[in-house]
Amino acid sequence: MIGNLLARLGGSIRTFLSDLGFAARTFFMLLRASGGVLGRLRLVSDQVFFIGNHSLVIIAVSGLFVGFVLGLQGYYTLSTYGSEQALGLMVALSLTRELGPVITALLFAGRAGTSLTAEIGLMKAGEQLVAMELMGVDPVARVLAPRFWAGVIAMPLLAGIFSAVGVLGGYFVGVHLIGVDAGTFWSQMQDGVDVWNDIGNGFIKSVVFGIAVTFIALYQGYQARATPEGVARATTRTVVIGSLTVLGLDFLLTALMFSK
Amino acid sequence: MQRRTLDIWVGLFVVLGFLALLFLALQAGNLGAISFEKTYRVTARFDNIGGLKPRAPVKSAGVVVGRVEDITLDGQTFQALVTLKLQRSFLFPKDTSAKILTAGLLGEQYIGLEPGGDSVNLASGERIRMTQSAIVLENLIGQILFSKVAEGDGGADK
Repeated sequence: MIGNLLARLGGSIRTFLSDLGFAARTFFMLLRASGGVLGRLRLVSDQVFFIGNHSLVIIAVSGLFVGFVLGLQGYYTLSTYGSEQALGLMVALSLTRELGPVITALLFAGRAGTSLTAEIGLMKAGEQLVAMELMGVDPVARVLAPRFWAGVIAMPLLAGIFSAVGVLGGYFVGVHLIGVDAGTFWSQMQDGVDVWNDIGNGFIKSVVFGIAVTFIALYQGYQARATPEGVARATTRTVVIGSLTVLGLDFLLTALMFSK
Repeated sequence: MQRRTLDIWVGLFVVLGFLALLFLALQAGNLGAISFEKTYRVTARFDNIGGLKPRAPVKSAGVVVGRVEDITLDGQTFQALVTLKLQRSFLFPKDTSAKILTAGLLGEQYIGLEPGGDSVNLASGERIRMTQSAIVLENLIGQILFSKVAEGDGGADK
């Protein structure tokens, strides 16, 4: 009984470690194959269109509504302490430091990550990847690398758009609906938000999340079992593992960047 | 043609992303306030800096003329050593005095410079001699209470 339990625990840890090792190996293969991408920017720009442009609407709309809500809720809390004029600062800091990168990465995992996993999983199920290898084309260089770099490029841009639209949303609610003075809204924001500490660190966060989410999506697709059910499971795992990784990494990065 | 429309859309997306980052940096952040004007550094010693923080403004007659760059404790005199970064275009006489003031009753603290009458100006790396520490509210209340008690005692002696 106890022996069985121990064996199962040991087995799952062994599987986890070997998965981790395999993922790390795939990551290095991907990086090594990335040199060729420079010669084929066409492939990357196609994928930027597929990953970035198609996510634009959902990111912009979510950013707008998150900004609205931050404006309303922030005003409620701040007015208790009689400091409504700090609303702009609160909205801008929460968006650039946390919400922009994190929510964009979560949406990105749901919107772009799943489609990457499903696409590559189906390529595998249809034996297209094997066919490529038989033709002497490395599928890591031809299929994975352009998608990876497109994700890494698109994610920070999307996070920037999210934060910018969110700030405008907060401005609309705070200034036009509630009636906070527009001048103090912007000047408090500009006083309190530091370009390198807040916006720069938020940008670094979004790059890290872009790398993590895109890689997880590609890896899950690449490792999917070549059946319809296998592709379905891989897509689910992309969202679950991707979201958890983003939240865990966010805690780590926040602790490193802002815990002075 | 198909190729071209696709490229245009990708280009638009990238431009939009960079515009958003630029908007954040300029409108939400303080990139516009970072001047590339030349600056010079002067130091000042204070007995107590209160709640002064690095990057706090340095004002003269209410106009921002620089920022607090660094605050350390001098191990010998146990005074706070504050480094100020002032804009090159504003020169102050050698006998300028520095005070730590508060914006409003509970607002942020800043350094106020009051120019003296010396004909020689402060140069880079020099020290402002005359300083006045921050007013710590607790000490002030303590003094008032103490003086009230002392007054009370005086009355009882009569």
